[in-house]
Amino acid sequence: MDRRKFLKSTVTGLGTMAMLPACAYDPAPFRFFTQKEAECVIALTDQIIPADESGPGAVYANVVNYIDQQLVRVFRNEQSVYKKGITALQNSCKKIYGQLFHELEFDTQTDFLIKVESNNVPKEFWDGIDPAQFFSMVIRHTMQGFYGSPVHGGNKNYISYRLMKLEYPQVVGQNRYRRNHGE
Amino acid sequence: MANKHVNAIVVGAGAGGGVVAKELAANGISVILFERGGWPVYDECINDELRNQRTFVLGSAFGPDWDRHPRVLLGKDGTKRIVVANGWDYSHIAACVGSGTVSYGAMAWRYMPEDFKMKTTYGSVAGSTLEDWPICYDELESCYEKAEWEIGVSGDDRNNPFAAPRQKPYPMPPFENTKEGTLLSAAARRLGLHPFPIPMLRNSVPYDGRPGCIRNRTCIGFQCPVDAKNGTHNTVIPAAMATGHCTVKTHCQVAEVTTGTKGRATGVRYFDNKDREQYQTADIVIIAASAIETARLLLNSRSKLFPNGISNESGWVGRNLQGHAYTGADGLFDHDVRDRIGPGATFGLCDFNHHNKGIIGGGLLCNEFHDLPYGFSQFRPPGAARWGKAHKEFQVKMYRRISAIRGPIQEMPNFEARITVDETVKDHWGIPVAALSGERHVLDHEHCKFLSARAEEIIREAGAYQTWKTIGGKGLSGSQHQCGTARMGNDPKTSVVNKYGQSHQVDNLFVADASLFVTGGGFNPVLTIMALGYHVGNYIVKNWNGSKFK
Ligand SMILES: Cc1cc2nc3c(=O)[nH]c(=O)nc-3n(C[C@H](O)[C@H](O)[C@H](O)COP(=O)(O)OP(=O)(O)OC[C@H]3O[C@@H](n4cnc5c(N)ncnc54)[C@H](O)[C@@H]3O)c2cc1C
Repeated sequence: MDRRKFLKSTVTGLGTMAMLPACAYDPAPFRFFTQKEAECVIALTDQIIPADESGPGAVYANVVNYIDQQLVRVFRNEQSVYKKGITALQNSCKKIYGQLFHELEFDTQTDFLIKVESNNVPKEFWDGIDPAQFFSMVIRHTMQGFYGSPVHGGNKNYISYRLMKLEYPQVVGQNRYRRNHGE
Repeated sequence: MANKHVNAIVVGAGAGGGVVAKELAANGISVILFERGGWPVYDECINDELRNQRTFVLGSAFGPDWDRHPRVLLGKDGTKRIVVANGWDYSHIAACVGSGTVSYGAMAWRYMPEDFKMKTTYGSVAGSTLEDWPICYDELESCYEKAEWEIGVSGDDRNNPFAAPRQKPYPMPPFENTKEGTLLSAAARRLGLHPFPIPMLRNSVPYDGRPGCIRNRTCIGFQCPVDAKNGTHNTVIPAAMATGHCTVKTHCQVAEVTTGTKGRATGVRYFDNKDREQYQTADIVIIAASAIETARLLLNSRSKLFPNGISNESGWVGRNLQGHAYTGADGLFDHDVRDRIGPGATFGLCDFNHHNKGIIGGGLLCNEFHDLPYGFSQFRPPGAARWGKAHKEFQVKMYRRISAIRGPIQEMPNFEARITVDETVKDHWGIPVAALSGERHVLDHEHCKFLSARAEEIIREAGAYQTWKTIGGKGLSGSQHQCGTARMGNDPKTSVVNKYGQSHQVDNLFVADASLFVTGGGFNPVLTIMALGYHVGNYIVKNWNGSKFK
């Protein structure tokens, strides 16, 4: 099944696990990213944890919101790496494909990221930043936003816990709720 | 106004410090127990997988905080990096009343007699300061027993032929095996090994007024929601306070041990919860701030009499930093092997702790605590996809189909693995911070290979269709099992304190935490730290004449 057909079928087929494909993403106001940067990051997270037969992925879980939120809180030291990395990524795509990363077809994006992983990208755009290391960092942060606690802005509706068939909150002991602090 | 003089100051309300404070207070010796953190609060860390004491990408829920407690890492090439408690290289345990005992996995191991006699058992090791402890297992046996009964341990070691001799059984029955533990135990038995339930500082049944364990998944790294995990914060420290002789002063950062003209300790200088500089005087000072911070505190206590730091005539303070290289193997199964009943680790094995051919020491093996979703996303067989559809599929399909066996290898103490203080980098209060440098002994990685191979045999025998080793033992040690930085010994030239934790140079200064360890054993350390707390406390009580320390 190709991805487009698949997305359609999951939207109609999953019922309670209602999901939105990447293109229908409703942008939240961002604290750190510009709208353009956010679109790039959303596309990256979609590649890292895509929607598939098992259910929604990073876009539905609002992982970009997790990353954006942490960049003004805990990950302040990574702000410039994100700015630089996104710019380098976009410039590389423009040179190779004549389009921005998030404008590319899903499979073309995948091919490109495999190049990034092996540092096989135009060197001139990656001054002072290592492509593979940048991507590894985005992978890590995406995993955190998708599989970590929803209180930090990702894992919307406990989606990853549901995919992994983990009850939440755990049905043991004191089931207290913790609200998202600072919000 | 000056603080009222007390008999004893204990610095650090963790595993060792909590026990010592209670031993003294229970015998009428007035104590002030200083702790840089606060009391742990359950609501501040309920089940957040990104902010706890095991995964700290967004912070360490039980401290230390990032802003006020930097450390320095010195590279081999002279590079210097300032780090905060958001990575393993920072090497923190915790900073709150109870310290690591609030959020630990709670494995409660007694060391074996050989662990106290490493040099006698194995001989000298080139490039290592391997040595015997100045005390033997028999001298510590009653202290282990006290720790097991006063703090509370569930276990049964009758099926462990390698267990050190004990006078009294565990106070609580052992935990039942998880599904994975049952599978691995059967496999281990088929291989001629001797599995048994891991002893735990956790209530298998209600004990001492607190309930039994509810098998939470968010256990290791977290505080227990029903208080069924036993640390010093919910046992000995409240008991010390109940005697009326112990005051716990939280949010106080001790900066140095102060000394008088005769070279005896007079008390401590510290910063209180409002950052005000204060002095507290006492007859005795006991340092139990964890291996890294105890060394830092001793090194920062400089005066004309002690230009290199107090109790550091030998130059051994901060040396021999050890911990545990974790090593093991993993396997994938075609059926569910993990029931995800928390916290997961139930199966233990001491067949490889000692007397392995060609190996100095060894280590125990256990099935690993179950990882939570983010932790599991970082766990993959070699060569597996790190992202994309295949990564997600593995996550969903394999969460209950993996097994992991790990063990802490007994490390060879290395004189060059050490703590110093960095004069140029200061903490929030202007106190020079700890600098970590050096690396593990080369043999550690070799020993890890051995133990990983044994772990892989068991997982394979259990029916895994794919297995692989994860081999540790490189880089600098320390971390949550940090120890060895204020070695106990009979010779003042090659140790910092005597066999009772008493400074060789300052008779009213003691150490009572993992810093005392000569060698780290092939076991998680906490029960031995608690036992040492009783051992040191007992010595002080016996030599206390009511108003003065002999
Ligand atoms: C997640 C986790 C899991 C673990 N699991 C296990 C396990 O299963 N089994 C096991 O045996 N061990 C386990 N451990 C390790 C165990 O917790 C430690 O070995 C033990 O707590 C160390 O005891 P200590 O007395 O040496 O130091 P600590 O217990 O760390 O106590 C030191 C205390 O001193 C305080 N302090 C430091 N400096 C100052 C200062 N200048 N002024 C005032 N206070 C200060 C600290 O805040 C701390 O509270 C685990 C640890 C963690 C974090």
